[in-house]
Amino acid sequence: MRLIDITKRCGVFVVIIWLAASLNFFLPKLSGQDPVRSKLLQQAALGGYVQSGIDDMVKVYEARFGLDRPLWQQYFSYIGDVVQLDFNYSIANYPRKVSDMIAEAVPWTVALLGMTTLLSFVIGTVLGALLAWPRAPRWMAWLMPPLWALHAIPFFLLGLILMYVFAFQVPWLPIFGGYSMGATPAMTLGFVADVARHAVLPALSIILVATGGWALGMRGMMVTTMGEDYVTFAESKGLSSFTIFSRYCLRNAILPQITAFALALGQILSGAVLVEVIFGYPGIGTLLFQAIRENDHFLIQGVVFTVIVALGLATLILDLVYPLLDPRISYQRT
Amino acid sequence: MQGFVRYLRRNTSLVVGSALLLFLLLFVVIGHFIVDVEDARALSVRPLQPPSWRYPFGTDRQGRDLLAVMVAGTPLTLRIGFIAGILGVAIGTVLAFVAAYYRGWADTIIRGIADIGLTVPGLLVLIIIAVSIRGGLTVNQMAIVVASLAWLNPTRTIRAQVLSLRERGYVEIARMSGMSGPAIIFFELMPNLLPYLAATLVNAISSAILASIGLEVLGLGPIDAPTLGMTLYWVNFNAAMINGWWWWWTAPTVIILIVFLGLFFVTVGLDEIANPRLRKSA
Amino acid sequence: MSEVLRVQGLRVAFDHPLGLVQAVDDVSFSLQANERLGLAGESGSGKSTMALAILRMIKPPGRIQGGQVYLDGVELSALDEEGIRALRLAGIALVPQGSMNSLNPVMRIRAQIADALADHGVTPSRSDLDDRIAELLRTVGLRPEVANLYPHELSGGMKQRACIAIAICLRPKVIIADEPTSALDVVVQRQVMETLARVQRVLGCAIILVGHDMGLMAQFVDRLGVMYAGRLVEVAPIGEIITRARHPYTQALISSLPSLDVRGTMQGIPGLAPLLRDLPAGCAFHPRCGRAEDRCRAEKPAVRDFGPGQQAACHFA
Repeated sequence: MRLIDITKRCGVFVVIIWLAASLNFFLPKLSGQDPVRSKLLQQAALGGYVQSGIDDMVKVYEARFGLDRPLWQQYFSYIGDVVQLDFNYSIANYPRKVSDMIAEAVPWTVALLGMTTLLSFVIGTVLGALLAWPRAPRWMAWLMPPLWALHAIPFFLLGLILMYVFAFQVPWLPIFGGYSMGATPAMTLGFVADVARHAVLPALSIILVATGGWALGMRGMMVTTMGEDYVTFAESKGLSSFTIFSRYCLRNAILPQITAFALALGQILSGAVLVEVIFGYPGIGTLLFQAIRENDHFLIQGVVFTVIVALGLATLILDLVYPLLDPRISYQRT
Repeated sequence: MQGFVRYLRRNTSLVVGSALLLFLLLFVVIGHFIVDVEDARALSVRPLQPPSWRYPFGTDRQGRDLLAVMVAGTPLTLRIGFIAGILGVAIGTVLAFVAAYYRGWADTIIRGIADIGLTVPGLLVLIIIAVSIRGGLTVNQMAIVVASLAWLNPTRTIRAQVLSLRERGYVEIARMSGMSGPAIIFFELMPNLLPYLAATLVNAISSAILASIGLEVLGLGPIDAPTLGMTLYWVNFNAAMINGWWWWWTAPTVIILIVFLGLFFVTVGLDEIANPRLRKSA
Repeated sequence: MSEVLRVQGLRVAFDHPLGLVQAVDDVSFSLQANERLGLAGESGSGKSTMALAILRMIKPPGRIQGGQVYLDGVELSALDEEGIRALRLAGIALVPQGSMNSLNPVMRIRAQIADALADHGVTPSRSDLDDRIAELLRTVGLRPEVANLYPHELSGGMKQRACIAIAICLRPKVIIADEPTSALDVVVQRQVMETLARVQRVLGCAIILVGHDMGLMAQFVDRLGVMYAGRLVEVAPIGEIITRARHPYTQALISSLPSLDVRGTMQGIPGLAPLLRDLPAGCAFHPRCGRAEDRCRAEKPAVRDFGPGQQAACHFA
């Protein structure tokens, strides 16, 4: 990958962000009405019952996005705000800023998703490689049917089942939330353990499903790779079977897995949103769920935009790191 | 016929998948005879009854007979999946052929959009679309919303497949013998792609159902329709799990499981037909 | 001359849904030290399978049904998996088909030589290793800097030389070169063959050259074996074969060679090579043989010796 390719790839990232912002801006307009405006007016009509400041918010909104201003002016002031990650105030929780609410939820999702995605990728890839390896223990063949079946199930559905079995029937693990009611978030050992206990079931429902997908993909790639000429030649070199397995088969078969990883992130995230909702896990997904319930457009737009940017950034990093793993696509001198 | 039976014996995935889907079909058809579908509306029966002879699947808090809900809702959910999946694959196929056959700028644009679109979490874009549409969605509108992203994956995979077919000798010969582009696509490429398209279609239906259930669980579905996803929305809304109303979520969970497992195994089976190279290993 | 390799009654079969396919059928031959033996035949005649069978590298659905391979008097089929592994490369090395894809695309050439040494228990210090790799690369006519390149940075001929460098890194007694020049253009083919010849002189090893290019064989080998439908139908010194081939198939192969001094029409061999899973009865060559008689259709000709290192399997030989 040359400098120009890197620039191009970063350009794609900018385009993704721009598209996401534009989508946020134009889609509500397409329906003819302005849902944000009507929701704001509705909230303001309730007046003192909610928060007094909401009237000011309506005024500001009208001034910037009011129908009296030309569309392009509205558009540019929106893009300007979004670039600074300013998504305005939450309509339903008025004095709070959308960006603050998102910042509170993000660590939970990043921790849950980061851990589960990495674990399932590593376990699944190694498992898939072993499943294709003729010298692997026989009993491993029995893992195939459950892996296949789990792989076909949506995350949150497995979550429901796990929740019923391990939190309701056999109350080993907490059923709801990110930490116990009344626990004060602090960096104490007790609190960390509490958080970990709450994360087990949501994490498990993602890991069990996602591992199967990685395992099946890897197995297919391994079978293809093991038929390559360089594996035959490696065997004729009298290499130990561990060397052939790790440095010749696995090392090459993992490359398409990493490409697939970038594409899978979006799907994993979509699934994880629902898992959070089911378990009431205090991350981005639950925040989004609340925003939808309360018809809080600014919050919905803020969450969606943040997630798209975060994922865009993740795939960008992945694409930039990939050449380090595959010398055929290398940073050349030009 | 005998050969067909013998083939099915080897392709167990296809048999298992079809059997699961057939079972679902029978459930819906027979269900329509033994249960009044009107009981799938709220306030039709006594609420919160555990399973009994009268209500084999129990009833929910708003007074729906869950058996009736399943009988009425399963086809609705499948309908969303089929409409969105077929639309997605149809659009995807056309775009893929245009991109892969003519190459050039058309290819650059189509591939670019598909590649970028696929890295974006689909459910979130669908959420933005769904909340922008005022008023509740109908089942058909729901299908259209889901279809708006359902073409991305088919476009990408079919394009790759057409590209590899394009390089084969017989396409070259057809081109040199003066066949027109559309004729080559229709007569030479299509027949070879059919099993592959079928697998892509089933896959797209499965993803569309997953997306629709996702929207519904988040509360963006057709509020009045008794689809499987809406049932789960009410389960979550009423905290049925914590309250111990286990039958409420068991029925939709089992049916959704059957739907996804059935579709998955059919895809695997079709993949095997499309890709005989896998046969040795699978 | 002393014998380094001896193959006796080697049989390889592949399980196929339509029945057992006999890819290598009762093949016996021996190889002398410093000798260059050619193995020629059409594709599907079992010559590449035999190369893999000698190294005991046949994978399911294929399997070795029987026969012995002796290297310096040691029977290979008696060795355990670890024993045969140690013998690959160190005793018998393979130079793969020149199909551009025999080197691991994600490892530098250096690492692909070093891992072969390491897995045979040779772990020199870093500078010794560098010297050794540079020396190997020089032997095959490559610059030592090539060690730091990845396969995709090499041309086809350079890749094949790198493969030869790997093959000779433990000074094997036998090198099996399996169509080492296929997919290379003619000039590069010649260079690769010269490299092989030089390497053989330096190491003093024996070479089995597998291929279908009779012209190349005629220039390179001392003795030629001809395979047809899994059987070794004739073996003889190359001069003998060109002037007085005993088997009609060999004769047909020789007369299909273009010649500079004899002008005339080139002769091909009528008919197609048979399918291994559906061989004709009797002599497998009889449907394409001009001299076929009733006996050929009924009776499989036995392999008969015609002097040292010479054999043929034809009723008329």
